[in-house]
Amino acid sequence: MKKQTEIEGKERIGVYVCHCGTNIAGIVDVEDVAAWAEKELGDRGVVITRDYKFMCSSLGQELIEKDIKEQGLTRVVVAACSPHLHEATFRKACENAGLNRYLCELVSIREQVSWVHTDKVAATAKAKAVVAGGVERVIHHEPLEALHVPIHPATMVVGGGIAGIQAAIEIADAGFPVYLVEREPSIGGHMAQFDKTFPTLDCAACILTPKMVTAGTHPNIKIFSYSEVTNVDGYVGNFTVTIRKKARYVNEELCTGCGICQEKCPAKVIDDIYEAGLGYRKGAYIPFPQAVPKFPVIDKANCVFFERGTCKACQKFCPTNAIDFDQEDEYVTVEVGNIILATGYDLFDPRQISQYGYGRLANVFTSMEFERLSNAAGPTNGEIVLRDGVTKPTSVGIIHCVGSRDRNYNNYCSVICCMQSLKFAHLVHERTGATVYNFYIDMRTAYKEYDEFYQRVLEEGTLFVRGKVAEVTDAARLSIEEGKLIIQVEDTLAGVQRRIPVDMVVLSAAMIPRHDAHDVAHLFGISCSANGWFIEKHPKLDPVATMTEGIFIAGCVQGPKDIPSSVAQGAAASARVLGRIQQGEIALEPVRATVDQSICSGCRICNNLCPFNAILFHEDRMVSEINAALCQGCGTCIAACPAGAITGTGFSNEQIFAQIEGLMRVNFQHEKMTELA
Amino acid sequence: MSEQFEPILVGFTCNWCSYRAADLAGTARVKYPPNIRLVRLMCSGRLDPAFVIKAFAEGADGVLITGCHPGECHYLEQNYKALRRYLLLRRTLEQMGVEPERLKLVWASAAEGVKLAHEISTMVEEVRALGPLDWPRWWNENGFHAVVEEQAQEVTA
Ligand code: FES
Repeated sequence: MKKQTEIEGKERIGVYVCHCGTNIAGIVDVEDVAAWAEKELGDRGVVITRDYKFMCSSLGQELIEKDIKEQGLTRVVVAACSPHLHEATFRKACENAGLNRYLCELVSIREQVSWVHTDKVAATAKAKAVVAGGVERVIHHEPLEALHVPIHPATMVVGGGIAGIQAAIEIADAGFPVYLVEREPSIGGHMAQFDKTFPTLDCAACILTPKMVTAGTHPNIKIFSYSEVTNVDGYVGNFTVTIRKKARYVNEELCTGCGICQEKCPAKVIDDIYEAGLGYRKGAYIPFPQAVPKFPVIDKANCVFFERGTCKACQKFCPTNAIDFDQEDEYVTVEVGNIILATGYDLFDPRQISQYGYGRLANVFTSMEFERLSNAAGPTNGEIVLRDGVTKPTSVGIIHCVGSRDRNYNNYCSVICCMQSLKFAHLVHERTGATVYNFYIDMRTAYKEYDEFYQRVLEEGTLFVRGKVAEVTDAARLSIEEGKLIIQVEDTLAGVQRRIPVDMVVLSAAMIPRHDAHDVAHLFGISCSANGWFIEKHPKLDPVATMTEGIFIAGCVQGPKDIPSSVAQGAAASARVLGRIQQGEIALEPVRATVDQSICSGCRICNNLCPFNAILFHEDRMVSEINAALCQGCGTCIAACPAGAITGTGFSNEQIFAQIEGLMRVNFQHEKMTELA
Repeated sequence: MSEQFEPILVGFTCNWCSYRAADLAGTARVKYPPNIRLVRLMCSGRLDPAFVIKAFAEGADGVLITGCHPGECHYLEQNYKALRRYLLLRRTLEQMGVEPERLKLVWASAAEGVKLAHEISTMVEEVRALGPLDWPRWWNENGFHAVVEEQAQEVTA
């Protein structure tokens, strides 16, 4: 095997070692690394090495720029943080000084060395190896030009909850087309189910439905409700998305949304989704009166006609002949430049915590059931009553952190539960005058006016018990416990065990990722955490972008969030998309593969390896060729070509071989390598 | 430096998952032994088997291949190709007299910094137990197998 390092050291390389304050310098002897590189890598073309407190600062960048100009550097290696953080920064600095941006290599001695190792000597040795790897690699870099791809002006927003609606409206208002895809028959999401919103207690419908109407009537927004994305092809700027419009058995062109079908439909079904199982809907139904779009859906599984072959009551009475029992799922394909995922969350099923009795004890309710109970448009018209539908509770226990902050279920804090439970306490107090107990682990009322709301609920006389509830039971021990639900809890402030009898228990269930989050992430080519929350590009500095160009996230799909944050993220994602659309094109990394046709033997091994069908075969000349527009640069074909006819920019064999040689230049047992040499 | 044998591992990571897992291990300050040196590829599918051979030939005692979990590859399914190459490589290495345990494949998502650190730690110990490979010793400067060539010379002589 020919050594890559045998190539003449004709480049002039600058090596810059960053202290990153003490982040790197605390473990790695940065001066030693720099001095070593100057001495040991001089024969490789290293003409200057420097160490500096913060290479990424403007002064640090100026240092590099100055050296490029004055020392005539032809290559730059920066040893600092992860390339995912500052590669662009240093490439820019090179470009400013007239050096092609791809002649720079950033090697990580922070994430991969100082932050993960404790032995200073070994860490310093590894840092030297990493620097040597970078130097050897950069020798083989070539000047490249970024690829520019046009951005299609249309955007797809997936998920019609408040985050998705906000994003869609912002983009549409800026004058660009939006496709809004919603799985349920209507947009609105969870927020449409709520009665009041904390901390202002304004009614959810009053602030949400106008937005829903705006989205529904906006000339730039096309809503696909009762629809799902089934396929995504292409890449940033040019996605081709296939949407499955599920058959609703209603012709949307003819339907006026009068609701007569719903009225006439004889099938009565428990509404598990919108009414959280507390109310009913029909087989032909509009999920709620303010639904957007207003078209009903005939639920095939619960339709008398589909079950028994006769009925068609809806069809008989429909004034516009809009009912169409022969309708089939329709597949629509649209072209978009960017995609925003705002698919929201699911709620933790408290049945999993059997000691809380949900599903077994009638008067234990979930938070969503309570939302529907307290909603003026809900099954009880806003009356807070027990499961029998009539009895008003005289005492209510509200349990926080059900399924969150609990090692058995989810470690994370579900963010909204404290405020939601306080809101419940207020509503119970206001509407029933019942005694309210809140059982909390810690009270988390961050953000504007939240703590003020807590104070208010305290003043209203809600009783707070700090402690994790052990059990909810109906097994009475004392006469006052007869017929009640008893909450067994350790009051950790008073240091006593308490048994508190109540009529009603509300479980503030955790927000959890959508059950199909992993599938959706896979479909759109983004990553999600082990839990299932989608991962943002940077947790602080890039919260709505993802690692996949052109795919953005907003709202609870990224993690539990309240309404203001979801709206902010929807707006933020749309701002990012609008920026892209305005620019008209985007610069992509020029990491691509090409076939040297004079070497290609036409074996076609690569042809079937490409996941993007970017490799075409010229039958006449018996050679393969790669379509640069389709190639995404994964490099599988390069690795597979038996003739070595395929090369990849940015990650060529020479670059990788050289890097390996460099990495192995420094050994723990230095003698070992010297002896071999 | 301590008396015990300090192996050197070369690790190949893909840009989208395992390299990010390594980044995350860093940001979370998860500790693992300094015996591994990472190379970033765009995808585990880019892993040319020659890279692995090269690493051993340069003196690595072990090689760790990492990539996205099956089904999560940024380029759809290229990690399956890496898996096939890995299986073949292990057999090839064995035929070349290298213990197959010196090569390992691990899937790590961008969220699995702790897992990756753990896998690295485990592998370092496993390779430490195997002892040095010292493969380069077997090759002479012409790139031929030293022992074979010696024998060949003896025959021709
Ligand atoms: S991108 Fe990670 S394995 Fe393909």
